[in-house]
Amino acid sequence: MDIKQLETNFDAKLSKNENIEPKDWMPDNYRKHLIRQISQHAHSEIVGMLPEGNWITRAPSLRAKMILLAKVQDEGGHGLYLYTASESLNISRDDLLEQLHTGKAKYSSIFNYPTLTWADIGAIGWLVDGAAIMNQVMLQRTSYGPYARAMVRICKEESFHQRQGYEIMCKLSVGTKEQKEMAQDALNRFWWPTLMMFGPPDAESSNSENAIKWKIKRESNDQLRQRFVNQTVPQAELIGLTIPDKNLKWNEAKNGYDFGEPDWTEFNNVIHGNGPCNKERLGARIKAHEQGRWVREAAMAFAEKKKERVAA
Amino acid sequence: MANTKDSQGPLWEVFVQKKSGQPFVHCGNLHAFDKEMALQNARDLYTRRNEGTALWVVPSDAIVSSSPEDIGPFFEPANDKVFRHPTFYKIPDAIKHM
Ligand SMILES: [Fe+2]
Ligand SMILES: [Fe+2]
Repeated sequence: MDIKQLETNFDAKLSKNENIEPKDWMPDNYRKHLIRQISQHAHSEIVGMLPEGNWITRAPSLRAKMILLAKVQDEGGHGLYLYTASESLNISRDDLLEQLHTGKAKYSSIFNYPTLTWADIGAIGWLVDGAAIMNQVMLQRTSYGPYARAMVRICKEESFHQRQGYEIMCKLSVGTKEQKEMAQDALNRFWWPTLMMFGPPDAESSNSENAIKWKIKRESNDQLRQRFVNQTVPQAELIGLTIPDKNLKWNEAKNGYDFGEPDWTEFNNVIHGNGPCNKERLGARIKAHEQGRWVREAAMAFAEKKKERVAA
Repeated sequence: MANTKDSQGPLWEVFVQKKSGQPFVHCGNLHAFDKEMALQNARDLYTRRNEGTALWVVPSDAIVSSSPEDIGPFFEPANDKVFRHPTFYKIPDAIKHM
């Protein structure tokens, strides 16, 4: 088959909303786009374990500690689903990890902010997982089969993440004056970075056009951001917290909120390595990888030895 | 022998049986160095919420699959044999169930 015919078949599949599978022919740029997006997503899950891991030993009760452990373990699992989905596009796990460790691959900028108080764990579950879910629900219908299937699993597991975070915020907001202030302070710090998670405005997003054309994404950054704001504002109001945005106001005509513009200079700074915790996060990942090397080597040697014994 | 390059071990495909009597269904894959580790990793990764009561793990390179290019010729014989389906046959109306 010549390339024209292959392209026509590929486009026809997309227009019938059929999934593209690993062995199907696909344009080079589609493959490249997916590797970038899925591995970035995988890295985000794994790096995202760090800010929350920071509070496991200091969780305020055994119940809270067990919940947080289970949540962080889930995020590790999400990373693994997504790494193997990327690997199905013919790139090895080792190459993916190297791209992360050398800074060639990015991860979500939100994880470069510190978790200063217990309320931050509430804010992360409520806002950060909430925003991630919004994106991931859409990605269950993404055109690449292994990515879509990973998303279905992930979405099932995510539903408790947001609820446990909101529950923390609910409890703090009916607690002492200090606890209430702590919840508000966490919301103040995490609100804008959460809105940035959806990516730059549609007008300036260089990758969006292809992603929509190839049905990798089905909705734009701005659409998802708007839906997140509409959903979250009443949840904040219900527990007496204030969204830190002077321009936030209900707009009857569009049946949604008008809201202010995130600071995109800050976003670009954090993406390019200059956020409050970039060095710490990447350092922790590299250290874990290096310190795990002897375990991988030992496991491999053990497996080889057993194979030899069977052969003998 | 031992890889000089750092590695996560070979890839395994994971199949889960929801409860006894049901078929094993493919649910994903993972890296592990040997079959015991593959089975343990599969349990930790794919059955944290009672998704199953039995697991299979299979080295990915042991799986043989058809390729998308020959969908047509490979599965064609199934298409022209409509008499394999019960709806092909005319049965008197008086017979309610068969
Ligand atoms: Fe996740
Ligand atoms: Fe999550």
